[in-house]
Amino acid sequence: MLSGTGPESPVPTAASGGGGAGLRPAGADAGQGREGTYGEYGGRFVPETLIPALDELETGWREAKDDDSFRDELDRLGRDYGGRPTPLTLAERFAPGKRLYLKREDLLHTGAHKLNNALGQALLARRLGKQRIVAETGAGQHGVAAATVCARFGFECVVYMGAEDMRRQRPNVERMRLLGAEVRPVEFGTRTLKEATSEAIRDWIATVETTHYLIGSCVGPHPYPEIVRELQAVIGHEAREQILQAEGHLPEVAVACVGGGSNAIGLFAGFLADDVRLVGVEAGGAASLGTGRTAVLHGSRSSVLADEDGQVLDAESISAGLDYPGSGPEHAFLRDSGRAEYATATDDEALAAFRRLARTEGILPALEPAHALARVAELDEEVVLLCLSGRGDKDLEEVLSR
Amino acid sequence: MCGPDTPELAEAAAEGGADLLELGFPFSDPLADGPVIRRAAERALAQGMRTGACLETLAATRARLPETPLVPMTYSSLLEAYGWERFADDARAAGATSLIIVDLPADERADLRRIQLVAPTSTDKRIRLAGERTDGWLYLVTLTGTTGARDGLSPTLAGLVERARTATKLPLYAGFGISTPEQARAAAELADGVVVGTSALEAAERGPAALRDYVKSLRTALDAAAVPA
Repeated sequence: MLSGTGPESPVPTAASGGGGAGLRPAGADAGQGREGTYGEYGGRFVPETLIPALDELETGWREAKDDDSFRDELDRLGRDYGGRPTPLTLAERFAPGKRLYLKREDLLHTGAHKLNNALGQALLARRLGKQRIVAETGAGQHGVAAATVCARFGFECVVYMGAEDMRRQRPNVERMRLLGAEVRPVEFGTRTLKEATSEAIRDWIATVETTHYLIGSCVGPHPYPEIVRELQAVIGHEAREQILQAEGHLPEVAVACVGGGSNAIGLFAGFLADDVRLVGVEAGGAASLGTGRTAVLHGSRSSVLADEDGQVLDAESISAGLDYPGSGPEHAFLRDSGRAEYATATDDEALAAFRRLARTEGILPALEPAHALARVAELDEEVVLLCLSGRGDKDLEEVLSR
Repeated sequence: MCGPDTPELAEAAAEGGADLLELGFPFSDPLADGPVIRRAAERALAQGMRTGACLETLAATRARLPETPLVPMTYSSLLEAYGWERFADDARAAGATSLIIVDLPADERADLRRIQLVAPTSTDKRIRLAGERTDGWLYLVTLTGTTGARDGLSPTLAGLVERARTATKLPLYAGFGISTPEQARAAAELADGVVVGTSALEAAERGPAALRDYVKSLRTALDAAAVPA
């Protein structure tokens, strides 16, 4: 994990959005354009109060990723605590006529890829001397991962969660509480991930001197999109080696669901420099890359569901993890450059894919990657790699009620 | 916060003794704001107070108050959508004296002339940069947190004023967390003026007379304050 042994890409810069390596050497991020930007996207659009903390975080991150002891500890935690490497499973009955490989992040400790990021940021928070962690969560998977690492490292943990999401992801709320986290309901606006993220940032504005904000996706002000992408890149690097082993060549296409986009950017990171088609799948009612426009949300400029005045619109999805009107700035850049493409799946299509994977492969996926599964059948390619980013236990009530 | 009553309320505030007025252009996701201003923004948006309507409100307010400085206060997403330069031009044409963009730090968009904010967490270097780039006065965020009333004046203001004085000769106005005449007076003994948002907004919700009286209570307290050294 994050060993830096991944293939060195010729274009590993945050500014160009390229990159194949896990943790890259300092200075590799200058690239074209301004630091912390991906083409016209990214940046830091936050109140002045947070800027010194973001500077401190950036410095701490640069030092950490060049520090062998940081990498070693993260690799060890990923392996001994998280269960890495996660397997690659050939799903022949789900996708007859194809060679569909599932990267099994659902088998990671806590049941989703979110732990990769939470472990890395917890180590970073400890280096920065913070005692308290604040996080937002939608589906609850990032909240559970945050609560988990806080228990493991002895941090105080506060998770903001929309009241609507607390209702539809009840098991994860109970998990977070059992792990010792305080779950604070957010009762205004959409009462989902957008509002929970705003409240987590407001908490951070008031507590920034003692608190690390453990953002859950590749969104937010610089350097968060880069940190999250680098911590999730382990998905793509492992999958690359595994599929080379299994097939003897790279996949023709790599597919992942996109809400904020962290599992997708982690998967894509393994293949950006290769001749591999990259496809992100958004929820139909939350297609910020498909139908969004450039706006500023939660500290960065990206493709956002917004109206012509720049006011952010409500997303709508059965999947709490995709129910977010923004997306990471690097995804917006990859879309514009044509390197990645973004499709959508409806609630019903995701539910059908959920049921099909359960019946054909004996795997209950989370509703989020069920959106990616829903697009597999119509791909022209035969050898498909898909990130199964989480398991479906949290969604049983939602699925059974439909 | 911009709304149909804004021109009348602005006039009342000026009668009460306000030297300068901020007009909130509402944004759906105001990260720097506490519950009172956030709810006010939600209501304003529900009433259709989008950028165009806010600019019209600004112009109508300017028509009533030809002399008082008027400063739109908003978030980057509105300017991104409207066009950064176009927003600045149209706001000026509608009577704006300057701009405050809460989520646009001094090192972003240096070319856009505006009032810069500094906070207790700002480094000396950043305070200097903000002082160099600010438009007319520097906005001191008195506390580490979002907007809204607090029990007492933030203890971090004194240190911030001291640091800002070495960085700029421009006037320093302190805001965030100031609601009572006592807090205003205490802040004014350190800084050159105070900015009151949340409590003024709550007074405005009770009507122009209530706002005038509230501003007058602040004015009286400020006039009794010792002038900063």
